[in-house]
Amino acid sequence: MSGAPRVVDLEQASVRELNQALHALTPDSNETFWRVCNPRGRHNLAVGLDAAVTVEIAGHAGYYCAGMNKQAKVIVHGNAGVGVAENMMSGLVHVRGDASQSAGATARGGILLIDGNAAARCAISLKGADIVVKGSVGHMSAFMAQAGTLVVLGDAGDGLGDSLYEAHLYVCGAVAGLGADCIEKPLDDVHRTELQAKLTQAGLAGQVDPGSFRLYGSARQLYHFDVDHADAY
Amino acid sequence: MAAGPRTPPRFSATFDPATLAEIRRAAATGIYDIRGAGTKRKLPHFDDLLFLGASISRYPLEGYRERCGTDVLLGTRFAKQPIALRIPITIAGMSFGSLSAQAKEALGRGASVAGTSTTTGDGGMTDEERTHSRTLVYQVLPSRYGMNPDDLRRADAVEVVVGQGAKPGGGGMLLGQKVSERVAGMRTLPAGIDQRSACRHPDWTGPDDLRIKIEELREITDWQKPIYVKVGASRPYYDTALAVKSGADVVVIDGMQGGTAATQDVFIEHVGIPTLAAIRPAVRALEELGMHRKVQLIISGGVRCGADVAKALALGADAVSIGTAALVALGDNDPALEAEYRALGTTAGAYDDWHEGRDPAGITTQDPALAVRLDPVLAGRRLANYLAVMTLEAQAIARACGKSHLHTLEPEDLVALTIEAAAMAGVKLAGTEWIPGQV
Repeated sequence: MSGAPRVVDLEQASVRELNQALHALTPDSNETFWRVCNPRGRHNLAVGLDAAVTVEIAGHAGYYCAGMNKQAKVIVHGNAGVGVAENMMSGLVHVRGDASQSAGATARGGILLIDGNAAARCAISLKGADIVVKGSVGHMSAFMAQAGTLVVLGDAGDGLGDSLYEAHLYVCGAVAGLGADCIEKPLDDVHRTELQAKLTQAGLAGQVDPGSFRLYGSARQLYHFDVDHADAY
Repeated sequence: MAAGPRTPPRFSATFDPATLAEIRRAAATGIYDIRGAGTKRKLPHFDDLLFLGASISRYPLEGYRERCGTDVLLGTRFAKQPIALRIPITIAGMSFGSLSAQAKEALGRGASVAGTSTTTGDGGMTDEERTHSRTLVYQVLPSRYGMNPDDLRRADAVEVVVGQGAKPGGGGMLLGQKVSERVAGMRTLPAGIDQRSACRHPDWTGPDDLRIKIEELREITDWQKPIYVKVGASRPYYDTALAVKSGADVVVIDGMQGGTAATQDVFIEHVGIPTLAAIRPAVRALEELGMHRKVQLIISGGVRCGADVAKALALGADAVSIGTAALVALGDNDPALEAEYRALGTTAGAYDDWHEGRDPAGITTQDPALAVRLDPVLAGRRLANYLAVMTLEAQAIARACGKSHLHTLEPEDLVALTIEAAAMAGVKLAGTEWIPGQV
């Protein structure tokens, strides 16, 4: 990232024009730093990117900001609407404010960093990405999460990790309640190392003690249907 | 007392042998029955409709001489690159996982020869099916297994799946014996577990959200690809209207005869409405919005022959989709395999334990030893033949009705054999001027 950013003012240009310009970038492009002004909560900003660029969004973003992101670093200087970084493949999405529901839904790779709180169903059906929330997450977070990590420095709402597969959930604060088949597991050295790595990726090394977190994972009791577990569904 | 004539044994219509057997099975196992395929009950269907053909007031076209068009363009509303198909019969979404790689390849080969499309399924896109399907529709399902923007961009169209006819309101199901290492890897799940897919999308609920989700998919694909919305037939009038409102290019309505890889029998048999009952409400919604033929309508669920195709199109559909029939064309339930079906406790024609992965035809399995039995080239040829026959049959009917294109068939070409079918299809009861339900 160098030089002055290419500025796209959404009072002048459309979301279509913004995304088309970002999609047209070639690997050898010098336009690696973009700034989006006046987003005013518009939906589908910087979706489907596949280039190693930085996109700063100067304000609030609507639904699906940075959806299906690959490679790019997208920074939202405000709040993000439903499904920020949904199905992200790689790269970094950083929300400086709060995130609405389903943040990082089904994300398969990359890092989603949320400075504020995330609403319900954060990390729903997570498939391999790392999500770090400095604040708290709402109810049913990590519902059916399959792989990856969710790190929460604040509290977690009710039903955390319901129907969880193999994702790892680290929570520093209070957990209102666990969902079906989600249990607390010992925070051994392997997990402590994993957590430390995620905190370092998020720029939080030294700011938080990994030992102050609790680990939640799947009890794996619902992996095969058993009629005696029917009341758990 | 002298012995008189005995009352012969009489089975109850309510507690018939199949019902009694199911009660005993449930009592013995404690779990509901899971199976593949679609509903097996008798329903009002295309069989209950007849074409009138030409008469003094309408003249027919010459068979084998005068042209009867079959082509269809899908996605003309917003997509920069609509799909052009030679025939209005597409292959419905069926996953790699539920089907073997050989079966997926055969579907791609057959459809490509016939000039139509195939569709991915709950499990993502394989390189094999992209290679063998000239026109491939990529499904965006609630589970989002294997969801990948690169696959979105290399697809020819995108289908947002809200539900399917066999189980409107239910998610996918793939039991452990079919979750091989490759299938598990594509779905980011441990191998061998019972995999139950989500029934709701993780990041949208309702038509207002769906509009934004569709816009996201359009943005990611630079507005190039047609976007379909597929729903199981339950409230087709409202679902069609809401799909149009949400920005769909194509609406797919799947009736309850539509198959599934695996679901509870009670779901298959008791949720959703018949295909015949779904078409006219969907067409009415399109007509009221001024969108008939602008947003294309694809109908699926129990389409078996060219007559079914012609009837669906006459009722207002732009195309149909087949799943179960395509599998039969590949070789599913072939009587030549009767001995092996008997060994599985069933018989050819009734085999529906597709979820168990023991298909002797090598189609609904992930067992390499079984899958290799299906020759994708030969099976693909059989599918192409079958699609050609269906098309010829539909053309024969259309010419008899004096139509130079399948899309000019109309409800007035049809009558119904039963009051139920007449009411559902909105056509006259044969021999009368009566359309039940219309004032």
